[in-house]
Amino acid sequence: MDFIRTWVQALFFIFTNGYWNFPVTKGIYQGPLKIVCSPGLTCYSCPAATTYCPLGSLQQLLSGIRMSIENGQFFVGFYVVGTMGVIGGFVGRMVCGWACPFGLFQELLHKIPSPKFGIWPPLRYIKYGLLLFMVIILPLFALDEFGSGSTWFCKYLCPVGTLEAGLPMLFLQPELRTSIGLLFFNKLFFLLLFIIWAVLASRPFCRTACPLGAFYALFSRIKLVKLRLDPAKCTDCKVCHNVCPMGVRFNESPDDMECISCLACSKACKFNAITLEIGGLSITSQPRPSVCQLKNLTQATDTSN
Amino acid sequence: MMHKKNNPLKQNIRPAPFVVIFIFLVLGIIGITLEEPSRVLEQATQICLPCIGIG
Repeated sequence: MDFIRTWVQALFFIFTNGYWNFPVTKGIYQGPLKIVCSPGLTCYSCPAATTYCPLGSLQQLLSGIRMSIENGQFFVGFYVVGTMGVIGGFVGRMVCGWACPFGLFQELLHKIPSPKFGIWPPLRYIKYGLLLFMVIILPLFALDEFGSGSTWFCKYLCPVGTLEAGLPMLFLQPELRTSIGLLFFNKLFFLLLFIIWAVLASRPFCRTACPLGAFYALFSRIKLVKLRLDPAKCTDCKVCHNVCPMGVRFNESPDDMECISCLACSKACKFNAITLEIGGLSITSQPRPSVCQLKNLTQATDTSN
Repeated sequence: MMHKKNNPLKQNIRPAPFVVIFIFLVLGIIGITLEEPSRVLEQATQICLPCIGIG
């Protein structure tokens, strides 16, 4: 399953960053595919990006909401939020585990041999604050003298923008190097912080700072495709705790907002207690004997003796 | 007397995801009727230098 997931991640990476002509054009892709929403976090100012970033677009729309309404256009983010919501309703944070290029990047970094550490669980709540304030409230209400907001998350924090767009653009267009200042070094700091942290801990950006992951997490209970725990088969062996890259204790909280449905727990569970379900219908892998079945078998044997 | 067959698959289906998907789909369609995709495309095809920490 890991092999399949890696291939799916690679395919999504190619799909969302498939414009490989950028070394020639020295610019970004400007074709019609940019009307398609990238399910994962990717920067649309990336020279290779072929889709738009939902977070970047939402901030842009919210920051210019007054101007658009004054011009009689109601660009308030319905299309972007609608697309994000449809993706969230279908798979929720499964996107993080299967379709996010930055998730794949962090997983690869975590394979670098080093001491590994956990992440303090309360840090997970930071990303909800970032979604609320840096993606919605500040772009909407912190206005400049022209009545226009700013893309706060992209501008001050997003490490994906620095990695996929900031650094490549400085390489492709050397004249831009004269424009870099404190803002760029601030973003570079966050990129380096998350790169180093990703080597030492599993998916630190997803777990603490990704507002897109926070948005998809809101669908954890109601999404169409999710993991299901069969309590009758669970022996509380805690193997699912040990293998989860997001620090989820699956058998204790099966609808955990951190679950990215990577199926690591399902694969590790010897009792087939964790299965993937679509809309309530379980998709079981190869059947394994459950504890109940084993108990029944033992009781039947005892009775016959 | 006709007995209705109980379909175990039908009983397990959760309606909530379909309702949520439908609501957001309607939201997206409203956005499309407001011509929001053209604005999104316009934004996405331009390099936002301040957004990537330059300028």
